[in-house]
Amino acid sequence: MKLYLKIWRQKNSQSKGKIVDYEIDDISPDMSFLEMMDVLNEKIIDEDGDPVAFDHDCREGICGSCSMFINGEPHGPDKLITTCQLHMRRFKDGDTIYIEPFRAKAFPIIKDLVVDRTAFDRIQQSGGFISINTSGNTLDANTIPIEKENADKAFDAATCIGCGACVASCKNSSAMLFVSAKVSQFSLLPQGKVEATDRVLNMVNQMDEEGFGNCTNTGACHVECPKGISLDYIAKLNREYVKANLKK
Amino acid sequence: MKNIFKSSIGRKIAMALSGIFLIVFLTQHFLINITSVFSEDIFNMLSHFMGNNPLVQFVLQPVLIAGVLFHFVMGFILEWQNRKARPVTYAMYKGSKNSMFVSRNMIISGIVILSFLVLHFYDFWVPEMDYKYIQSLPEDPNRYYEELIHKFENPVRVGLYCLSFIFLALHLVHGLSSSTQSLGTNNKYATTIEKISFAFGIAIPLGFCFIALYHFFIHF
Repeated sequence: MKLYLKIWRQKNSQSKGKIVDYEIDDISPDMSFLEMMDVLNEKIIDEDGDPVAFDHDCREGICGSCSMFINGEPHGPDKLITTCQLHMRRFKDGDTIYIEPFRAKAFPIIKDLVVDRTAFDRIQQSGGFISINTSGNTLDANTIPIEKENADKAFDAATCIGCGACVASCKNSSAMLFVSAKVSQFSLLPQGKVEATDRVLNMVNQMDEEGFGNCTNTGACHVECPKGISLDYIAKLNREYVKANLKK
Repeated sequence: MKNIFKSSIGRKIAMALSGIFLIVFLTQHFLINITSVFSEDIFNMLSHFMGNNPLVQFVLQPVLIAGVLFHFVMGFILEWQNRKARPVTYAMYKGSKNSMFVSRNMIISGIVILSFLVLHFYDFWVPEMDYKYIQSLPEDPNRYYEELIHKFENPVRVGLYCLSFIFLALHLVHGLSSSTQSLGTNNKYATTIEKISFAFGIAIPLGFCFIALYHFFIHF
């Protein structure tokens, strides 16, 4: 396949970026999207250019590192996958592909397609700890009965890999889906209920401090989430936030 | 509790509550207006009551105006904050792949509704205030129907009203279901709420359109 790529290039966080055009030949439909980027970078290096910087790690949809905004959607046109799981067979010979970084004030660009997503780390850190004794006399987890429905919901919330596609797809750059998943994965379980009030207040407060936008319930985050985290969790977060405020 | 409305979730809850309050007002406004199609006397009686009852005039009316202003001001504040959250926009952004057009453009439908409200206040509220409090004319319980049909003689005004009602429908279709989501309604009701929201969002503006067109054509 021959492809025409329009890639956002930006030297560092201070410089002004722009879209740069590239042409690339002999791309196999069996390649993953990141392999195509590898081929492009080898070509750029052969021509003594500066390769395109992009995040990647596990390349199997688990780590949440890859973060490209491809043809107007985070992780590209397919649903329930990350960029590393996207394959070139999804594109046609002669296609033009826009490749941009995830854009949000809270995700400043480090270089090219690499953005700083440590805002998510700070939100999780603000959630604090759970009171489980891990230093002797540890209770077997199975001795605490948990309703199947809640166990399933907590697990679903915990599948969030924190990639930031929710922020990237939201027209307001809201992090509500991420925060709702991280709050719910604990608050649905008995072990997480003890600190539930402080956790939701601190995490929402940190989310606001990081400069994410407000949720307007468009549902884009849920559609683009590679793990299919449901909007239910945002409604649950809203409920928990009100309840926590009433307690405080 | 005092800090709740300083947070993003708190502001959305405030937006949702004011929106639901305006929806309740809109419903009662429609129920009164639709009587003009069936009975001149009932419409005059209800309008006279709403225009002269002290509770409605001096308590509910100021609360309503405050609710409208709050909803618009908060809407603009949220929009400004949301735009600030993404200073550099995408070269290509396919919102249509993951969300409804109406949900992404509430600010546009809101601005059209605000413009309509200016016209609507100029058409009905300002003359009403002038009649009652500036000229202090003697109260006439039978004047309301005549005033209504007089306003809907002008095809340009009827056209503008109907256009505004289309934007009102676009706003309500997303607004009602979005409000319940902001208030944290359990999502097992989400599908039902979305259906009700869609039906309400279409039915009420369509009803207002019908009233305007009915009076225009019946008295043409």
